Amino acid sequence: MEIKVQNYKDTRSGFGDGLLEVAKHNPKVVGLCADLTGSLKMGDFQKAFPERFFQVGIAEANMIGIASGLSIGGYIPFTGTFAIFSTARVYDQIRQVVAYSNKNVKICASHAGVTLGEDGATHQVLEDIGMMKMLPNMTVVVPCDYNQTKAATMAVAEYYGPVYLRFGRPKVPNFTPENEPFVIGKAQMIHEGTDVSIFTCGHLVWKAWEAVLALKEMGINAELVNIHTVKPLDTNAILKSVAKTSCVVTAEEHQRNGGLGDSIAQLLAMYDPKPVEMVAVDDVFGQSGTPEELLKYYHLDTVDIIEAAKRAVARKK
Amino acid sequence: MKIDELKDVASQVRRDIIRMVHACQSGHPGGSLGAADIVTALFFDQMQINPEKFAMDGNGEDVFFLSNGHISPMLYSVLARRGYFPVSELATFRRLGTRLQGHPTTAEGLPGIRVASGSLGQGLSVALGMAQAKKLNDDNHLVFVLMGDGEQEEGQIWEAAMYASAKNVDNIIAIVDYNKKQIDGSTDDVLSLGDLKAKYESFGWMVWELNGNDMQEVVNTLALARNNAYNGKPQVLLAKTEMGMGVDFMMGTHKWHGTPPDDEQAAKALAQLKETLGDY
Repeated sequence: MEIKVQNYKDTRSGFGDGLLEVAKHNPKVVGLCADLTGSLKMGDFQKAFPERFFQVGIAEANMIGIASGLSIGGYIPFTGTFAIFSTARVYDQIRQVVAYSNKNVKICASHAGVTLGEDGATHQVLEDIGMMKMLPNMTVVVPCDYNQTKAATMAVAEYYGPVYLRFGRPKVPNFTPENEPFVIGKAQMIHEGTDVSIFTCGHLVWKAWEAVLALKEMGINAELVNIHTVKPLDTNAILKSVAKTSCVVTAEEHQRNGGLGDSIAQLLAMYDPKPVEMVAVDDVFGQSGTPEELLKYYHLDTVDIIEAAKRAVARKK
Repeated sequence: MKIDELKDVASQVRRDIIRMVHACQSGHPGGSLGAADIVTALFFDQMQINPEKFAMDGNGEDVFFLSNGHISPMLYSVLARRGYFPVSELATFRRLGTRLQGHPTTAEGLPGIRVASGSLGQGLSVALGMAQAKKLNDDNHLVFVLMGDGEQEEGQIWEAAMYASAKNVDNIIAIVDYNKKQIDGSTDDVLSLGDLKAKYESFGWMVWELNGNDMQEVVNTLALARNNAYNGKPQVLLAKTEMGMGVDFMMGTHKWHGTPPDDEQAAKALAQLKETLGDY
């Protein structure tokens, strides 16, 4: 696909714009928010559809329950709050009345990962993908930029079942084509290569693209695949890519334990064991700082992906 | 339905409860027996429902949620006796592969169940969501939810209680099974609920107090609450009940909260409960 930075936008704005757009066409879409409409970019939806917007206050557990009830009544609730409060704070609620009960609730989570920045570790959830992917019935979607988050928001509305949609706070390159349809569970080939497969999701897709360009200069032809749906995993696409390249780098803004890399390593261990290098947070909490400083400090940056790719290629020999 | 007929149904429900928990040697008889009158009155008299054609969305009918899911034998018996599924299926309670799981779930598709419950404190929130959906659908039917009194110790209950009055959710009728007992002892000893009536009133709810084991009073109070719906306020019934009601040796103690009777105890219990509709 053609990579072209159209502008710099936050993925949460993709969520807000996608929600507004899909709600225009689908009268069953409703929104709930726990006192963070500004941060979640739900203001336009609220203004356009006040009767379909539920401000629940700072009461996330109640929000998940209300969303479950609305879905029983035939609606498609989108809950919005920070990723930490969307998952860890309400894990049992999600487990019982959303996932196990198989309700059509979309848990929409902003400010995920260290790129939340200055608020620090209390708010920088790095365990959410793991928590959510462990729940049966749950689909986990981690789009990479504004365009893709908008498309994913609209796509999950048309899919029946519990979904965890993870996005973030900072403005980042918006580089995937506008109006590209989002297919849940279908990995997105960004760049074909032969020497190493880079599987990534979320903000690190752009970092991995920078790495691909740098690796090319070094004579390494990397393949870049955006695993925007962490669950269900597109196992065919992954195995096909690895059959070609024979080594892997995974990159994500998440703990190594329980993340995307974990899922891919499990898949490869079972079906096609090959060297895997993981770019992820290594069992520590984050801290305050700017998003770019934190990506660098926790080794989630372009250079870290480049180094991981070199190690993976070396391990093939 | 006449009060005597409702009492007959409740008696059979109590027999079903004893036989179910005895058969699988697990489950929660005490609270199930105590709440049998309330839920019988709801399903056989007060709620407008379509048992023959169960629809998940509950559109055009009243909807009931059991938040304290551990008293599932009572709910399963009422649902079966009301025609949601064959009464013979009560024999499968808590058995491998059953639709009658230890705590109610939707995973097996049991008619009458709309959400998993039993992780306490969550049913009121779900019921509020359903009530909001009914308003969006211009459906004037009501949402009922039964909670335990020990369950009132969960913080989420109070998130929901605050929401209900703040957002004028006046198409919901909550009922607290107020037996003043929980698994570790009396609610006063474990964590005093204080003045529950004053708590709900200060949260903006209209509160009704009643004897939840007096069928006439249960029916009358539910009817009053029904008529008072859509008046701007959520309503809660504090239904004073006796855990173990109907079986003398199970009353006045929390001992039977989660303990099944043995053969002898079950026979003794059943001797006190009239078989009115035929055992399953």
